[in-house]
Amino acid sequence: MSILVDKDTRLVVQGITGGAGSFHTRQMIEYGTNVVAGATPGKGGQKFDDRVPIFNTLTEAVRQTGANATVIFVPAFFCADAILEAVAVGLPLVVTITEGIPVLDMVKVKNAMAGGATRLVGPNCPGVITPGQCKVGIMPGSIHLPGRVGVISRSGTLTYEAVAQLTALGIGQSTCIGIGGDPVNGTDFVEALRLFEADPDTDGVLMIGEIGGTAEERAAVFVRDQMKKPVAAFIAGATAPPGRRMGHAGAIIAGGKGTAAEKIALLRECGVAIAETPADLGTAMRAALRR
Amino acid sequence: MKIHEYQAKEILRRFGVTVPEGKVVFNPEDARTVAKGLGGTVVVKAQIHAGGRGKGGGVKLAHTPEEAKQHAQHILAMRLKTHQTGPDGQLVHKVLIEKGCQIARELYLGMVLDRESSRVTLMASTEGGVEIEQVAASHPEKILKVRVDPALGLMPYQCREIAFGLGLDGKNLGSATKLLTGLYGAFVGTDASLAEINPLVVTADGELLALDAKMNFDDNALFRHKEIEAYRDLDEEDPKETEARKWDLSYVALDGHIGCMVNGAGLAMATMDIIKHFGAMPANFLDVGGTATTERVTAAFKIIMVDPNVRAILVNIFGGIVKCDVIAGGVVSAAKQLGLKVPLVVRLAGTNVDAGNQILNQSGLHIIAADSLRDAAEKAVAAARG
Repeated sequence: MSILVDKDTRLVVQGITGGAGSFHTRQMIEYGTNVVAGATPGKGGQKFDDRVPIFNTLTEAVRQTGANATVIFVPAFFCADAILEAVAVGLPLVVTITEGIPVLDMVKVKNAMAGGATRLVGPNCPGVITPGQCKVGIMPGSIHLPGRVGVISRSGTLTYEAVAQLTALGIGQSTCIGIGGDPVNGTDFVEALRLFEADPDTDGVLMIGEIGGTAEERAAVFVRDQMKKPVAAFIAGATAPPGRRMGHAGAIIAGGKGTAAEKIALLRECGVAIAETPADLGTAMRAALRR
Repeated sequence: MKIHEYQAKEILRRFGVTVPEGKVVFNPEDARTVAKGLGGTVVVKAQIHAGGRGKGGGVKLAHTPEEAKQHAQHILAMRLKTHQTGPDGQLVHKVLIEKGCQIARELYLGMVLDRESSRVTLMASTEGGVEIEQVAASHPEKILKVRVDPALGLMPYQCREIAFGLGLDGKNLGSATKLLTGLYGAFVGTDASLAEINPLVVTADGELLALDAKMNFDDNALFRHKEIEAYRDLDEEDPKETEARKWDLSYVALDGHIGCMVNGAGLAMATMDIIKHFGAMPANFLDVGGTATTERVTAAFKIIMVDPNVRAILVNIFGGIVKCDVIAGGVVSAAKQLGLKVPLVVRLAGTNVDAGNQILNQSGLHIIAADSLRDAAEKAVAAARG
């Protein structure tokens, strides 16, 4: 098993004809992902690379192909609409790669999604991969190794660093989830941890957080109160000055809150193994698994 | 993005928030003219982006137009130092001249995004004129909060809750509701990330007035607010950050000695952290992004190299979408163009790493190759020490 995506995932790509959408669709297909449809308004009836049917609307794409997950590459200014379209269609999983969505758009999206059955991953994330089975996103597939450690991260390339370190140590991954670097996002650390705790094929979890907000603090408490599996963590941004946005819109220390030191202290207190530097991501996980 | 107080007040006024009468000026003579036009006592306020201007001597009361001119003369020449400016202070280029008022009470209003509830939240407190973080630490019970449903907007009952909670009476209820609704309108209407009125005063005449105002904006939403983008004041920015924005590079100037060029925000932060771990400090945060081209890498390199604090450069790339050979090509081209004046440590991993390393090796440049994040940081810190 694994979580969120596997060999039964039937993926539709929103924005399949755009630059990023087409490039990564090819990469996903090459990895073995079952891409069943694309959706681009006005290009219905065409085929992507002579094999994937394109539809004008997502509703049509899902009805015709039985897609059960979508990945969104739609530009930031139209992206909230694309997510809401996926929610309206009732898809269980919506993975949003797009970076730079205005935060008040996401406030509306979250509000509209509240209580519904759709799970959102992202935005501003690398996506979700279950190594050897299904890649929904933009991560380099080759660095992954099928295995039994779950990875959750707010970052893209730092996740690759983590995965590469795990793979180099021979520690494979069950599923890796990029939850995204924005202040308002879908699935958070706690929800992802809950899924991994319940997954019989995951033995431990590596979480990579960063400064800003309190998602890591809530995760720490969840690990303490509701998890039996070992968790290791790294928090990026110990050197970041307060009040400045460090690339990710969510990575900002505001009003003295959201510092790396606070997050690390609480995680440690809650029994999470801390990687002291980003060079120790793999070894911290290995140590946590042995404990 | 940040703006000045006078600009925030222009926005708030447009959305129906009452602000003092006043005008921004750039020289002492105009300060006198504006003060004369306003009549009576005026306040001369330095306009810089940092807070704490009053304590730093950047806000003065003037009883005559002549006095307003003198204060303006003094403030316009000063490098204003506050707890937010850093040790060198910030040169003042403009002052706001405002009509004075008799203050009966000082209150606090702030609007931010609450990340936990994913909602815009209005905060209010009777402790005006004090930083809200201080109130939150010492008297958290004195902060009133209402969360706004984005589909409904700020409702009148929520305004009443805040108004009565602040001890305002029935007489002020109408104006308070109008002011709060205006504040929320300004927030969502401009895609703000922060809107603060501190203090909001009740005047001796019983009027509500936004005596100070601060607004920050969501950079991701500036594409749909040209009017906000026009408020950008380059005098308040580090020129390196201005240049970086032109190239769509995410850059923040810091005060250490190791220049960093990394792809991805998380990895960029982590690279800074590991530099600190090995005993040095980063000179900057720089994310070249997922679509780094040779041109952007060259531009990024130039920005790092013009920083006189930089004693060594660390390039850390984990190729995913970005291919290592493209980055290597950019690094070599920039280094040859600009001349390599400080040690350069490069660590490449991921897509096309071998091709990338080959380009570096064959460049004839003295590049210190590193094969892991730890190796790279150690080598960069050693190189910076010389």
